[in-house]
Amino acid sequence: MAFLDVQNLTKTFGQTTVVKGVSFAFDKGEFISLLGPSGCGKTTILRMIAGFEKPTSGSIEVDGQDITHLKPNQRQLGMVFQAYALFPNLNVGDNIGFGLKIAGMATEERRARIDEMLRLIGLSGFDKRYPYELSGGQQQRVALARAIAPRPRMLLLDEPLSALDAKIRVSLREEIRAIQLDLGITTVFVTHDQEEALSISDRIVVMNAGNIEQLGAPHEIYNKPATRFVATFVGQLNSLDATVLDPATKTVSIDGQSVVVPQLPADAAANASSVLTLRPEMITIGARDGNDITLSGTIADVTFLGSVIRLRVALGRNTVSLDTFNDQRIAPPARGEKVTISLASKDLLVL
Amino acid sequence: MKANKFWAWLTFALGAAYFIVPLLATFEFSLRMRRGEYSFDAYASVFADPYFASSFSYSVVIGLMTIVVGILVVVPAVYFVRLRMPWLRPLMEFITLLPLVIPALVLVYGYIRLYNSSSIIPFTGSALGTDILLTCAYVTLALPYMYRAVDNGMRTIDIGTLTEAAQIMGANQAQIIGRIILPNILVAILSGAFLTFAIVIGEFTIASLLNRPAFGPYLVGIGTNRAYEPAALAIISFIITWGAMGMINVLGRFAPRTSARTD
Repeated sequence: MAFLDVQNLTKTFGQTTVVKGVSFAFDKGEFISLLGPSGCGKTTILRMIAGFEKPTSGSIEVDGQDITHLKPNQRQLGMVFQAYALFPNLNVGDNIGFGLKIAGMATEERRARIDEMLRLIGLSGFDKRYPYELSGGQQQRVALARAIAPRPRMLLLDEPLSALDAKIRVSLREEIRAIQLDLGITTVFVTHDQEEALSISDRIVVMNAGNIEQLGAPHEIYNKPATRFVATFVGQLNSLDATVLDPATKTVSIDGQSVVVPQLPADAAANASSVLTLRPEMITIGARDGNDITLSGTIADVTFLGSVIRLRVALGRNTVSLDTFNDQRIAPPARGEKVTISLASKDLLVL
Repeated sequence: MKANKFWAWLTFALGAAYFIVPLLATFEFSLRMRRGEYSFDAYASVFADPYFASSFSYSVVIGLMTIVVGILVVVPAVYFVRLRMPWLRPLMEFITLLPLVIPALVLVYGYIRLYNSSSIIPFTGSALGTDILLTCAYVTLALPYMYRAVDNGMRTIDIGTLTEAAQIMGANQAQIIGRIILPNILVAILSGAFLTFAIVIGEFTIASLLNRPAFGPYLVGIGTNRAYEPAALAIISFIITWGAMGMINVLGRFAPRTSARTD
C-alpha cells in the first residue's frame, strides 16, 4: 500500500480552481518533487498535505491514516519553508528542540537529540547562536534539523533553496538528499527549478495549471516527455518546423532537406506542417555512428559556458541549439562558420 | 554648505529653545520657595504630602492594570487580524484612531450615563466598579498607541510563516502566541506599555469626573492652591514621562533581529 496517497485533490479559491482533481501515490522513503511554474498549484498541494489549506474535495492519506481533516499540529509532519522561518527569539538548539519540547520530551533526551541533529547538519557547537548570527545556508540547515528532529512521518520542503545563492543551493540540495537517504524519510519537495527536481528526486510530478502533466522518474520525464508542456518546461529543447512530404514513408522536409521520421503519426496529412523536437545534447557537429540525418547550416551564435560550448546553428528558417564539450587544445567554433550537424531520426519527438 | 549648516543649527536651536526655555523657567521657579536662595524645599514639600504618594501609587496601579488589559485585548486581536482577517485591518485602524478624535470628556459622560448607580450595570456604584471603569477608559485612551506599537512589532516578523512552522511541529494556538509571538514582539509591547503608562499618570478628565484619587486630579488640585509645588510637580511628571520614553528607546536595542548574515 502506498505511504502517501492523494486522491482527487481539488482546491478552489473563490472562482479559481488552482488544483484540479490531482491524484498520486508514493511509497515509503521516496523523494518526490512537485515541479511546475509559479501558479501551477504545487505549493497549494503541499500546503494541503501540511494542513494549512483545506481541500475543497479529495483525500490525503499518510501511512494508511486519513489526514484530510486533521489540524496541522496533529499530522506529525515536518516542514521546511522558503523563508527559513526560524524562531528569532530562540537559539539554534532551542529552535531544533522546539518540536521535541512541545511533544514533552525529557530534557536529557532532548539535549541528545539536538546534538545528534547538529552533527547531522554539520553545525555542532552552534547551538547557542541565534538565527540572525547565521548565514542563509546555515539557517536553512537549522530549519531542516528542526523539521526532522521530532522524527516526523514525512518531510515537506517548500522551495527551501530558492532564497539561497547558486553555490550553496547546489551543496545544500546534495546535503538534503544525503540526509533523506540516510533517514529513509518520505519527502515531498516543491520547486520551480527543473535542474533541482531532476538531480534530487526519485520521482517527479510535473504540474501545470492545476493538473498533473506527467509523473515519473527524472530520466523518464526528461527523455520521454509526455506532453509538449513537459518537453518545453523540463530541460532545453529544440523545435524544428517541418513540412510533411509523404505520410506513407514518414518523410518530412526540414528547410528543404528530406528526412525520415519514424515517430510521425500515421494520420499526418501531406503538406501539413509539423513540429519536431530534439534535446541539444542529441545533436553533434559532423557525423556520428547511429546518426542517420545530416543537415548543413551556419553557426549563428557561440556561448562559452566553461566545460561546455553552446552553439546556435541556423538551418534556413530553423535554428537549433547544440552543446559540444570544450577542448583546451582547439579554438571554439567561430560565428559564421559553415557546419554539418547530424542527429538520429529516432531521437526526434513529434509534438 | 556652511550656510546650510548654520540655518539648520539655528532652526534646531529655536525649536529646542521653544521646549527647553519654559521648562528651565519652571525648574528655576520651583527652586525659589525659600526666599532669597535656591532650594529643593518645594520638592521636599511635595514628597512629604501623603496625597502625593497615595495618588501616585493609585495611578501606578491603574496604569499597570491598563497595560495588562490592553495587552490582553490588543495582542490577540492584532495577531488574528494579521493572520486570518487581513481585510479587517482598515476597520481596525479606524476604530483604534477613534479615541484620538473623541474627547475624553465625551467618553466619560457616556460611561456615566451607561454605568451609573441606577443603571443595569452600576459600575459607578462602588469604588472597585469605578476603578474597573477607569481602567477600561484608559485602555480605550491608550488604544491608538498600544495598537500601533503591537502592529509594528508584528510587521517586523513573518507571523504567518512562524505560526505555520510552530503548528506543523505540534504547537497549539496558546503555545504559538505564548512561546513564539509574544517573545518576538515583547519590545514592541513594552514600548506600547510605557506610552500607556505615560498617558495614565497624567490623565485628569476621566479620573476627575469619575471622582477617583488619581495623580492627574491631584496635580490640578495642587496647582490651584499652592505656588511653588506645582512647578516642582511639573518637573517630576516630566521626568517620569521622559523616563518612560527613554525606556522605549533603550528597549528598541533589544528588538529581535530577523535578517540573515549576508557574508
